[in-house]
Amino acid sequence: MNFYAVRAIYLSEMARTRRTLLQSIVAPVVSTSLYFVVFGAAIGSRISHVGGVSYGAFIVPGLIMLSLLTQSISNASFGIYFPRFVGTIYEILSAPVSYLEVVGSYVGAAATKSIMLGLIILATADLFVPLHIAHPLWMAGFLVLTAVTFSLFGFIIGVWADGFEKLQVVPLLIITPLTFLGGSFYSIDILPPFWRKAALLNPVVYLISGFRWSFYNQADVGLWFSVAMTLAVLAICLAIIGWIFKTGYRLKS
Amino acid sequence: MPAISVTGLFKRYASGFHALEDINLEIRRGEIFALLGPNGAGKTTLISIICGLVTPSAGRVLVEGHDIVGEYRAARSRIGLVPQELTTDAFETVWATTNFSRGLFGKPADAKHIERVLTQLSLWDKKNDKIRTLSGGMKRRLMIAKALAHEPQILFLDEPTAGVDVELRRDMWRLVRALSDGGVTIMLTTHYIDEAEEMADRVGVINKGRIILVEEKEALMRKLGRKQLTLELQERLERVPPALAGYGLELSADGGSLTYTYDRQAARTGIASLLKALIEAELRFKDLQTRESSLEEIFVTLVSDRGAATEPSVALMAGQEPRRQLS
Repeated sequence: MNFYAVRAIYLSEMARTRRTLLQSIVAPVVSTSLYFVVFGAAIGSRISHVGGVSYGAFIVPGLIMLSLLTQSISNASFGIYFPRFVGTIYEILSAPVSYLEVVGSYVGAAATKSIMLGLIILATADLFVPLHIAHPLWMAGFLVLTAVTFSLFGFIIGVWADGFEKLQVVPLLIITPLTFLGGSFYSIDILPPFWRKAALLNPVVYLISGFRWSFYNQADVGLWFSVAMTLAVLAICLAIIGWIFKTGYRLKS
Repeated sequence: MPAISVTGLFKRYASGFHALEDINLEIRRGEIFALLGPNGAGKTTLISIICGLVTPSAGRVLVEGHDIVGEYRAARSRIGLVPQELTTDAFETVWATTNFSRGLFGKPADAKHIERVLTQLSLWDKKNDKIRTLSGGMKRRLMIAKALAHEPQILFLDEPTAGVDVELRRDMWRLVRALSDGGVTIMLTTHYIDEAEEMADRVGVINKGRIILVEEKEALMRKLGRKQLTLELQERLERVPPALAGYGLELSADGGSLTYTYDRQAARTGIASLLKALIEAELRFKDLQTRESSLEEIFVTLVSDRGAATEPSVALMAGQEPRRQLS
């Protein structure tokens, strides 16, 4: 294994985060705080408890998931798209590194960033609402697994995109709606029967449900459904990445 | 063992375009090899395949005996690549990007080596500057520094002086020579003939995806030293008369002229005895001219479809340009 290469890519990606601290960390924290102010304090004060948990606290797992998904995707997709765009990818492709090492280091860095971000949002939330984490290990597990899975997904988008627009389209038009409709701000139990069934087609529902369970011991779907769904998305992403490197799709001619 | 050994290499794109056709090439250790060819000849494709950027359709490439596919780690860690375009991460510093390259190629950090490389390339005082603040010439040197960061044995320079001013080009040539003196094998591509002439130990000419000539530069220069005497005949000939067989004369396609090639530096050019023999053979000519066969002409002949575009005007125009290049 080319340990030095993995380290070089990982550290250079982390250095990029430091250079773009405002965009990478501060912006998501500010926007999440705004959600707390608007939904938690302003509107939430008029909403009764959801399953014994105050509304402000109820939305915390969903908000973390929202940031985790979008930031994992945008970190990882930009991480690999940028060298493709400016041409510095030649160096990666000509280096004595395996594809696994390349993916591992880019995705590892992107996941590290979004996990850090998730923890910062968690700490921020603690300032606004009383927090309680029933299953800390499960919480950490979901956090890491989701960050890795969606960083892989972001890597795929970064390889697929041939312009900055495509880079934005998937997070904005697919992931954000799925997350909003996936029960970030409500339990899907309150939906009418038809929409409740429709919601179950949304994989994000399972992620948020499992994550919320690790906080408040209450879930929309069974815990193992959540785990299975996360692993299924992970497996699909791994398969696509395997195919990308096997064929050299958009990387090698 | 050669530094690079290419056997039966083909590259065909899905579009049907044949970028490389049966390339066989050996680069010797320690030499400076110039791959000369017009734009679109396949120079960059060949380099890209050796360096792992492009997948070959068929054929085999060994880098110091290591297969570029089966033993890609061993092969690639021996190579440094300086691509044609200045592609850099504008927001990184010189120091960070050079160290990144070293790590990427599997070498532990070595500040002393990076310092040596940056000093050699006159970038040491810029080490903490962001790349976007560098001039074009500095960026080009930085690309070389990145390629040298992991102490490669073989350095590929793809069009190192394309779009570079005269002074910088001289600097680049000096640098390449210094690297070569340091024991690095160098393969450079260029479409400038003078560059190949100036730098190379050996020259390969590539056109339309085929290597059409590989020769010691000295041998090419000897060809350059030759002159040609062309005699325009009053009556057309079917073939060279037997009496003149010993002179190696070439009859033009229309039979209207004879060309005699001789070495102008030789003590006896053979012109006098040729003219005497012509008169004895009762061949009358209406005009005669001598001219040097330039390197351009040799290349134009090689590069064009075997004689289809060998008009002297092409060579003449090429010779008049400030930088002679194959077009």
